[in-house]
Amino acid sequence: MAEIPILKIGDCLLVSIQVDMHDRLAMALQDDLTQRIVQDRARGVMIDISALEIVDSFIGRMLNNIAAMSRVLDAVTVVVGMRPAVAITLVELGLTLSGVRTALNVDKGLAMIRTIIDRGEQEDDRRGG
Amino acid sequence: MAEKQSLILTLIDRHQAALLDDWLDCMARSSPSGATLRRDGETPEQAKRFLEQLRRSARNQQFEDIKTTDWALMRELLEEISRTRVLQGFTPTETATFVFSLKEPLFQLLRREVGSADELADEIWTATRLLDLLGLYTIECHAKTREELIGRQQQELLELSTPVVELWEGILALPLIGTLDSARTQIVMESLLERIVESGAEIAIIDITGVPTVDTLVAQHLIKTISAARLMGADCILSGIRPQIAQTIVHLGLELNVVSKATMADALALALRRSGKAIQNRAAQKPQQDG
Repeated sequence: MAEIPILKIGDCLLVSIQVDMHDRLAMALQDDLTQRIVQDRARGVMIDISALEIVDSFIGRMLNNIAAMSRVLDAVTVVVGMRPAVAITLVELGLTLSGVRTALNVDKGLAMIRTIIDRGEQEDDRRGG
Repeated sequence: MAEKQSLILTLIDRHQAALLDDWLDCMARSSPSGATLRRDGETPEQAKRFLEQLRRSARNQQFEDIKTTDWALMRELLEEISRTRVLQGFTPTETATFVFSLKEPLFQLLRREVGSADELADEIWTATRLLDLLGLYTIECHAKTREELIGRQQQELLELSTPVVELWEGILALPLIGTLDSARTQIVMESLLERIVESGAEIAIIDITGVPTVDTLVAQHLIKTISAARLMGADCILSGIRPQIAQTIVHLGLELNVVSKATMADALALALRRSGKAIQNRAAQKPQQDG
């Protein structure tokens, strides 16, 4: 079975989904990813779906799940690279992925994660002081 | 059989003027706008051409199929007639009545001229089948012309549809004008998302100054567009909300879940602030430059 690679960039993890997702692969990805977040002490997760031409409710739910799991492990999830046609389909399906942050591409995704982490630290500092 | 069928043609030949007159009377009676129809110059002329063409096209005794070359000119004539009628705003019924109303005078003529009942039934059957085919063809043409008309109007609407304007680096504006229906929302959404990809914009200002009313459906379309832009990583700001529309939105209990500003200027100011830019007065800047 194909495995989805998880790449480390600084304290972020990059997951690029390029094959059709199915139940087992999604479960394996969730396993691997949660493991890697803990192991690498990652603060951010980027899921790149620019290669996907079809995103259905199953993948939508999977993205929501991953975001929720990462949040529990104190990592920010950003979905990047969604195609216009995919965005329109998701909206028509009523899946607005409200629990997930989105960015146009990997660059902007990284910047977004950086801002969120910095803001979080500042708030922590303020509370600590 | 061949001789029997030609009887119709002989009769048309012999009584063309009377038949034409009866036909026009019949047409006038069966259509509400008949009074004007009878008088206007076009219909009698068309009817005359129809009868002449009928004689010419039917000379080979081909009554069963009007798709053959014999009937090519007839089909052209019918296409022309139904096209002019569509453009004048006739209904399909009124257009088809042109052909179908020939039945009554023609059958009366047949009844007068044909002796035996069997023969009469045969003749009427042949005539009715032919006229049905021609009438249906007229309706088909009518529908086709209407579709062409609708297609052209849709095309015009598409051309009229909303442009996406780049106001500043990373800031897009979408001035919406006219009613938002599903088809237009689709186009608007597609062009907005395409531009987001092209320009890498992170903020899109949707201006609804030109949208006459906002009901639940329009609001839903706006929400869809905003959600789709969000999925592409762009935030939306809604602007140009007129006082009445603000009231309507509240009365309908619509939850747009988006930052909204009264004018596009306010929205642009907010967008610039968010992207870390500022517009300054040059007069205020000058003393600093001097010093």
